[in-house]
Amino acid sequence: MSSTGQPTISEYRRREQSITLSPLEEQLGEAGREGSTQELLTLNFGPHHPATHGVLRLLVTLQGELVRDVKPIIGYVHTGIEKTAEDKSYWKVIPVIERMDYLSYYFNALAFCGAVETLCEVEVPKRAQYLRVIHLELNRIMSHLVWLGTSALDLGAISMFWYCFREREKILDLFEMSSGQRMHTRYFQVGGVIEDIPRGFAEKLDGFLKEMPSRVDQYGALLNRNEIVLHRLRGTCPLDAETLLSLGVTGPLLRAAGNPWDLRKAAPYCSYEDFEFKIPVGTHGDNYDRFAVRLAEMYESVKIVAQALEGLPEGPHITEDRKIALPPRHELATSMEALIHHFKLVTEGMRVPPGEVYYPIESPRGELGCFVRSDGSSKPARVHMRDPSFVNLQATAPMVKGAYIADMIATLAMLDPILGGIDR
Amino acid sequence: MPDATGLELIAQELRDAHGEGVVTDTLFFRNQATLSVAPDSIRAVLAHLRGKGYGFLASVHGVDYYPQEPRLGVVYELLDMSRVDRVAVKLRVASDAPDVESVTEDWPTANHQEREVYDMFGVVFHGHPDLRRILMPEDYEGHPQRRDFPIGGEPVIFTYNEAESYPSGHPPGRAGRVESPE
Repeated sequence: MSSTGQPTISEYRRREQSITLSPLEEQLGEAGREGSTQELLTLNFGPHHPATHGVLRLLVTLQGELVRDVKPIIGYVHTGIEKTAEDKSYWKVIPVIERMDYLSYYFNALAFCGAVETLCEVEVPKRAQYLRVIHLELNRIMSHLVWLGTSALDLGAISMFWYCFREREKILDLFEMSSGQRMHTRYFQVGGVIEDIPRGFAEKLDGFLKEMPSRVDQYGALLNRNEIVLHRLRGTCPLDAETLLSLGVTGPLLRAAGNPWDLRKAAPYCSYEDFEFKIPVGTHGDNYDRFAVRLAEMYESVKIVAQALEGLPEGPHITEDRKIALPPRHELATSMEALIHHFKLVTEGMRVPPGEVYYPIESPRGELGCFVRSDGSSKPARVHMRDPSFVNLQATAPMVKGAYIADMIATLAMLDPILGGIDR
Repeated sequence: MPDATGLELIAQELRDAHGEGVVTDTLFFRNQATLSVAPDSIRAVLAHLRGKGYGFLASVHGVDYYPQEPRLGVVYELLDMSRVDRVAVKLRVASDAPDVESVTEDWPTANHQEREVYDMFGVVFHGHPDLRRILMPEDYEGHPQRRDFPIGGEPVIFTYNEAESYPSGHPPGRAGRVESPE
């Protein structure tokens, strides 16, 4: 209360009220009109809520249990990574870029490294490309496992979470073996990968690849015949491919609606043209198709990794261009040239020719594009990530309008948004 | 990608259809095609390119070319999904009049992305249905992705330093701290 006795509207409340919800009357029909007996309720959902998969906040307008409107409010984990990247030399950008979408760090690193490689016109050795594919596809499986575990948790199936994290653990162990880190590995470098895979990695990976398909079978068996899961997913919140494309949605969400768009097939990068794999698509574009497409993608990723491991070519694991990549350790003791290059790269970093490029790849969530502008110095003048989660989030409202609030939770789970990628 | 010749053909077509000044420059760099266009013609250009098959707007992002003028740039990445062909459309506006027409009506995907460019660079998109900040707090001052915006030293606002953290001495829209009831 203020001194005059009038109730004061707090700053928080004022800002809350300034957020305009979409024009309500047209969607509400009967309930929107004056004198209607039905009441509208605006509900704040999140940002701290286990079902929002991160710090996502939704302003939901409800009519009874029906969702009439949804406004996503984001920015709670905005850390200014794009700004930070402008202040770091190119090779130091990789670790911060990896922390954007924290479930697909190999993809973030590849998008950035690919853009810089395009600017520098560097040839990446074949072995490095295959090693990249192995790690990318393992990362895709890992990302889908986290999605599956947490989504099942949202639908009330707690045990799935433990099963998925059991397999995820094995993938993280493999990452630890090849790079020393479980997450945010900084394994990809401009021009290749930092180290060749260690002894024993191939055998361990082979064991995992033999086991994984039967595990995915088990997940399918657990969920595909589960009455509750089917009721929650089948036929709920569908959206057609046309609308999805106009909203910029790509990845499993688009494929679930029947459009087989996948950059790995359409515009192969990183030697994806060498591997045989299928692109799973759905038919209805409902939540069940979104679930089924991702589940099927795990089998395909296992196939790609197996082929890459089988056909892993011999050769260097990083480019021999000394202006781009560090010289091997043993050269430093014998070659003055190598020492100079090492010193220049570590202190100043590489110089990249001026220009702008956009490098798109297929992340577990859709098109992940990295835009890099170089002004010729050793630091990027602009780094922008076109993050699929950020763009896909716009499809929430068209998907859930008119559905029940419980279906909104399921849809949010099947949307698979990663807030680290949305807010960057 | 359209090759260098294809890009020139598209540029010529645009000039024929929408006037000589509509395409200011073309650039074919590292196998990527970029059209620089006049800011006021962006909707017409994108509509024309949609007619040519570029039906998917992959990304909208801002660039700051400080200290050049006009310094703010907006890049639209278009994609033709049937021919797997990309073309980037770029426009430049001055920082004292950063006005661009919004394309959200034709391309719903631009909604959040234009809001981000507005938030980070201060480019104003006219005709946008809901042009508010998206990542930074609503009451934030300045546009942090501009090149002359300093990095670091961001004050963390707690109750005890709330008053001195704003240039006006109090959060915008509030004349003083609200007294809590005894």
